[in-house]
Amino acid sequence: MSKEWPLWEIFIRGQHGLSHRHVGSLHAPDAEMAIKNARDVYTRRNEGVSIWVVEANNISASSPSEKGPLYEPSESKIYRHPTFFDIPDEVGHM
Amino acid sequence: MYAQMIKSEATTDDPEKLKEFQARIDDDIKVEPRDWMPEGYRKTLIRQIGQHAHSEIVGQLPEGNWITRAPTLERKMILLAKVQDEAGHGLYLYAAAETLGVSRDDLTEQLLSGKMKYSSIFNYATLNWADIGAVGWLVDGAAIMNQVPLQRTSYGPYSRAMIRICKEESFHQRQGYDIMMKMAQGTEAQKKMAQDALNRLWYPSLMMFGPSDADSVHSTQNMAWKIKMNTNDELRQKFVDQTVPQAEYLGLTIPDENLTWNEKKGGYDYSDPDWSEFFDVLKGNGPCNVDRLEARNKAWDDGAWVRDGLMAHAEKKRAAKTAAE
Repeated sequence: MSKEWPLWEIFIRGQHGLSHRHVGSLHAPDAEMAIKNARDVYTRRNEGVSIWVVEANNISASSPSEKGPLYEPSESKIYRHPTFFDIPDEVGHM
Repeated sequence: MYAQMIKSEATTDDPEKLKEFQARIDDDIKVEPRDWMPEGYRKTLIRQIGQHAHSEIVGQLPEGNWITRAPTLERKMILLAKVQDEAGHGLYLYAAAETLGVSRDDLTEQLLSGKMKYSSIFNYATLNWADIGAVGWLVDGAAIMNQVPLQRTSYGPYSRAMIRICKEESFHQRQGYDIMMKMAQGTEAQKKMAQDALNRLWYPSLMMFGPSDADSVHSTQNMAWKIKMNTNDELRQKFVDQTVPQAEYLGLTIPDENLTWNEKKGGYDYSDPDWSEFFDVLKGNGPCNVDRLEARNKAWDDGAWVRDGLMAHAEKKRAAKTAAE
């Protein structure tokens, strides 16, 4: 059997200046074809103005089992949110 | 449905872990690819998403059949866009299945060998242009019934694929209904074609939801896992209730003498399709089973040199780039 094309992850930036967002994946022999295929599949209805493709095996990801130790520290730091601080109404908008 | 009669796989995992897993699902926390999941959940999903993906791909055949024969250039372009969408839907779903640890080629080979199924509906022929209208209206309509609730399914990648698909799917149903309206308001002969298409596709569309599964063990497990959101009967009832007024608007008659409004249940009573026909089609004896698999096998075999050639070209370019660095 012939070799399967590698898997690419596709990121697209929409019209309004937002960051590129992961939209899905596809198989392609190389980056150039991955971009062409992503254009055909993921921007058929004006969804984007810029495409990034990354070969899936080049992505490193955090491990789900570390969820606790990784994100717990931020849970206790509620003073990082502006709503933590009470500002008197007289002060006006801040 | 696009995935019919999905049996849930037995699970032999640690009961403590299973309980935790179920609790997360009950809390509507999505399961993501690298999270722990019961083997049964994984295998059932691969089968269900795979079958759904195969249906999208094989579903291109009955409609693709009419691209070159569409009555106007505009209709041709619209149908082409719809068939392209189906390829995209197949891709989203294959990609979701691959996150569960099955390879794309593996899924393709299982379709081509007949080991994995696709929806029974695509084993029926599209004999004339009205059938393209009826397929969009009824078949895509039935698919939407199932896919809208599946947007809330527990498996993250499947849910995200469903959200993308649902966004595109209502275009499909509307384009079908648009064809039906044109035919139903046309000449006597056109109206007859529209009625004939409805007559032939009505029961196969009802079959898409699968047989009654009220007492099915598999159904209970799959619903607890939130990979099946409604019973087959619930969805079929919803489909009938939605479709009857649409047929009335067209001035067409649903081919069911027993169709009556039931005030008590707030829905229509209707006749069941012939389930022996359904099982026969699943077994491979529908009007087009052989054609469909032959067409898929031919496309795969004839495309092999292109896949290999592009891969060889990519490798050559990569090697040249490395050498130049």
